[in-house]
Amino acid sequence: MPDVAMILQQARRSLAIAYKDIRIYYSKGPVIIFGVLFPVFLFLSFTIGRHLSVDFMIPGLLGMILFFTATSISPIVVPWEAQARTLERLMSCPVRIETIIIGDIFASFAFGAGISLVPIILGLFLGITISSPLIFAIAVILAAFCFASLGTVFSIPPTNMPSTVNMISSVVKFPVVFISGIFIPLNELPAWGQAVAYISPLTYFTDIARYSIQGRGHLPVAVDLLVLLAFTALFLVVAMKLHQRTMPRRI
Amino acid sequence: MGPMNNDVAIQVINLTKRYGEVLAVDHISFTVRKGELFGFLGPNGAGKTTTVRMLTGVIRASEGTASVLEYEAGSLNAKQVTGVVPEMANAYADLSAWDNLMLMSELYGIPASVARERGTSLMQGIGLYPRKDSLVKTYSKGMKQRLILCMALVSDPEVLFLDEPTSGLDVQSARLIKDLLQSLNAKGKTIFLTTHDMDEANQLCNRVAIINEGKIVAIDAPEKLRMATSGMHSVEVSFDNMVSSEVLANIPGVNTVKKLGDKWRLYTANPGELVVSLITYSSSNGLKIISLNTLSPSLEDAFIALTEKREKDA
Repeated sequence: MPDVAMILQQARRSLAIAYKDIRIYYSKGPVIIFGVLFPVFLFLSFTIGRHLSVDFMIPGLLGMILFFTATSISPIVVPWEAQARTLERLMSCPVRIETIIIGDIFASFAFGAGISLVPIILGLFLGITISSPLIFAIAVILAAFCFASLGTVFSIPPTNMPSTVNMISSVVKFPVVFISGIFIPLNELPAWGQAVAYISPLTYFTDIARYSIQGRGHLPVAVDLLVLLAFTALFLVVAMKLHQRTMPRRI
Repeated sequence: MGPMNNDVAIQVINLTKRYGEVLAVDHISFTVRKGELFGFLGPNGAGKTTTVRMLTGVIRASEGTASVLEYEAGSLNAKQVTGVVPEMANAYADLSAWDNLMLMSELYGIPASVARERGTSLMQGIGLYPRKDSLVKTYSKGMKQRLILCMALVSDPEVLFLDEPTSGLDVQSARLIKDLLQSLNAKGKTIFLTTHDMDEANQLCNRVAIINEGKIVAIDAPEKLRMATSGMHSVEVSFDNMVSSEVLANIPGVNTVKKLGDKWRLYTANPGELVVSLITYSSSNGLKIISLNTLSPSLEDAFIALTEKREKDA
């Protein structure tokens, strides 16, 4: 039987860890560069001069920014702390490894969800309308959590160099952006392209964003949400299990 | 566990850590009683830090068991009653000292009002209060180490693990930390202290375990360890002129010669006779003795004797 008091206690401690991450890591160079500047420039380089409609561009921009920001904090916290020699102290506190990971995910989630308000507000200024705000909001929150969880998967290898983790995550993140219907909508992809797109969690968020802003998606919204949920669960389980093994090896 | 074990703070049975083929900690067993200030003494690489990390739940043991106040070492319950100062640990450099302290108290579930009160008195006691709102990155090494000790104490733990807490510190900070440890111990806290500093162990600890190459070679009170090292008496002498170590080694009764700065330490089984020989030697060679002291074996001598014996046996 799950020990509810223990779970609540650990959840509170996760929030304390998240608050610490927010104050320390939001302003770190790699977070700003890889999390905010990169997706903006990448997006501009693929859209400038293509005469795309605002309705088409905003879901893509939002997907990119949410994906990059939500995966920018969670991968670097653990290696950064191992390198700065704060991790051992944290691990000797009465917190589980899961508690530490969830705290890092919260901080990354909040960063992603917060920054993604910028393209949403920009879009609203430029005249987009969001057809079902509730579903859209749920999608943003779920996707931010999903991507933040993916970020902790990137930091599983027990390296104590944040730059190595950034390299690992970039190797995964860049291809994902190109196969997720950001620059080319899903229905314009060939069959093999669509098959590849379905292995990317970002595809499902972009699809909901297109549904909410452009009025049509490729897949049913319920399917998009369920798949995002499944990806989140998968990333969480993998990160929890494997960090249990690798975190002690960082010390 | 029955009431018989009620005075046990730390119980270690056959604790072992393997890294591949290497046995970092090799089936060690010991008991630390409640209220003891227990020293864990050994050269670098002996397995001290690995042991502390297993006891504080940072790494898992390969074999054996350990408990802290009857809780399995590394469990949330054990960690909750434990304060830790890890080796070379840092506080968060981008947070203020005070925020580091409050973060720790949240991670231990200490109510905010209690944490503020305790934090204030801890920081006042250790001389950091006026700088409590400065970022830790502006702190000196000694201030950081004092802060880390405060962070370990903000949960008012029953058992405290400290891994080389005074290593590399300035005299004042080291003194402050040692004084604090003594007063905590006087209040009944159990303290597990690793060190390679014999004087520190000698001054502070009720008992010490000497660990070498992953094995415990002796556990006893520092005085008893000292006394057990017979044949390790020495005479410390300095002359007004240069003397070679070969000449001193040839004086009857001298076992070993060691140069310590401007003086010589001569090990002997019979210090009384050696003093007479030294005076004879110096007067017949036109030397003047500037200082002369006889020393009983130090903990360091005991330590060297015990760790070298082990190497010979192996």
